[in-house]
Amino acid sequence: MTIKTKPQAAGQTSVKRGPLKTFLHWLPFYLMGLPGLIYLFINNYIPLAGLQIAFKNFSYSKGMWKSPWNNFKNFEFLFKSKDAFIMIRNTILYNVCWIILGMVLGVAAAILINEVIGKVKKKFYMTVILLPYLMSAVIIAYLVFAYLSPTSGLFTNMLKNLMGKAPDFYQETVWWPFILTFVNQWKGIGFGMILYLSSILGIDPSLYEAATLDGATRWQQHRKITIPLLKPTLIMLFILNLGQIFRSDFGLFYQVPMSQGALFPVTQTIDTYVYRALLKTNDVGMSSAASFIQSIVGFIFIVTANKIVSKVDKSSALF
Amino acid sequence: MLEKSRKGWNIAANIVMCVLSFLALAPFVLLIIASFTDETVAMTQGYSYFPAKFSLAAYDYIVAQWEMLGRGYLMTIIVTVIGTAVGLIMTALLGYMLSEPNLPGRRVLNFYVVFTMLFNGGLVPTYIMYVSTFHVKNTIFGLIVPNLLLSGFLVMLVRNYFENSIPRDLYESARIDGASEIKTFFHVALPLSTPILATVGLMMGIAYWNDWQNGLYYLSDKGKDLYTIQNILNNINENIAFLATNATTGVNLSDLPTATVRMAIAVVGVLPIMIVYPFFQKYFAKGITMGAVKG
Repeated sequence: MTIKTKPQAAGQTSVKRGPLKTFLHWLPFYLMGLPGLIYLFINNYIPLAGLQIAFKNFSYSKGMWKSPWNNFKNFEFLFKSKDAFIMIRNTILYNVCWIILGMVLGVAAAILINEVIGKVKKKFYMTVILLPYLMSAVIIAYLVFAYLSPTSGLFTNMLKNLMGKAPDFYQETVWWPFILTFVNQWKGIGFGMILYLSSILGIDPSLYEAATLDGATRWQQHRKITIPLLKPTLIMLFILNLGQIFRSDFGLFYQVPMSQGALFPVTQTIDTYVYRALLKTNDVGMSSAASFIQSIVGFIFIVTANKIVSKVDKSSALF
Repeated sequence: MLEKSRKGWNIAANIVMCVLSFLALAPFVLLIIASFTDETVAMTQGYSYFPAKFSLAAYDYIVAQWEMLGRGYLMTIIVTVIGTAVGLIMTALLGYMLSEPNLPGRRVLNFYVVFTMLFNGGLVPTYIMYVSTFHVKNTIFGLIVPNLLLSGFLVMLVRNYFENSIPRDLYESARIDGASEIKTFFHVALPLSTPILATVGLMMGIAYWNDWQNGLYYLSDKGKDLYTIQNILNNINENIAFLATNATTGVNLSDLPTATVRMAIAVVGVLPIMIVYPFFQKYFAKGITMGAVKG
């Protein structure tokens, strides 16, 4: 790919210079970009050829190209199992809930931090509230474990002391939609707050001044100015996020529930399934089929979301 | 009247922000206190903000076991430094190339980079390629190269900065003075782009420091020597999970770090980030708002 682009690029010569001279003139630029382009070729483009594995009876000894085709067998097996429905349902439902909740909480937090008087205080709040965003999923799993561990968890013991018994959190599915939602929002609210705050700060201050002169309360100002002016940004981000609906935060779903099989009905997503099938149960066929669906459907979602966004506001779209 | 409403909002906002700050910090405080708790107290009463007895035993254990943890630390540092340095240079160079408006083939190359943000082969082909073609399993390359080294998104951030925030005249005048492209890049473009490079470098650095997925995919038991701190923590977690499901077989209970030692190792893992982060918070927040421009 990288080799191909060069003659192509040199082909579009300008009028003044000859092809060779043009090529030599731009050569330093191409050489500068080359390492990055090669990396993307390896890391992102070669695996695309590997998508065919989903239609093959893959074995490591025969490799990607020599493994025999088995058409749609992998997909048949995948959809005959209960896993397919569960993981797709979980991925989509969690995503939709979290996108909406994340927006509501993020905007609320952004409006509120904007109301705090005093630069130092603002900066302090921002720094602290963003902290969880920087933590790896492994660390977050330890934090959650400190509260919910069946033997030494803080909450487990508190409940034991108060009510005489406590649920075994890591074995009961009912709690996990709430736990995961809480952890996800806990981790992301600082990010959302800063993101939306930058949009709020972009609103023309004279609008608020005029409203104040007209006697509008702060509450009315937010309802009539802040929210309506944020709306286009929010809709845009909402659509762009919907484009990612087939992807899930592998770390959150894999680490935080500590891989407990009893919890899979509410914690298995496409990403965790693909990983487990590939490396834990060694079922390359099922894994590649699920991975293939995620790639293709994800691509369609992203492109569609971008098409919609670029129709409305070209500068907000990815391409 | 109006002044009053502003003050009311200020108080309400402060209260909510204090609650959020408390929620953000509380788990870390518990983690730290748990690591200083006496082992038997932790086992009988559980982790607590106010343990009956404090102890340094967990840290004594860490010091005694420093061979394993120190190696993990060293690996984390090596991987983070090499990955961030190489990745940042590649990102800056590629971003610079794409920012040149008259470059022939620029649109195609741009699309080449953007496409990687849209379409992803997924774990299975990527894993099989890295393992069977490039043989990265159980090598340090498995920790550094896959997925983290360069992202199309960050390339685009850098490209936009070169394109929009540095006046083109500066490049032109350097070239007229006879500076080569490489020189122009190092002497004009780079010094003027420290804010974006700091932001991107910080994001990459944190991604490497926190990474455990590459270790999960590309290190097996044979590669234990290459474990980073995150991989060690993950490994402890997996053993606990394994014990919980297969109580009778497999992992020996005495091989596992005790309840307080686990927390102490986690503290050792997060401490550097918590110490460094406040100084870089500015760049990090900037990165978020810049990302906001593009999805």
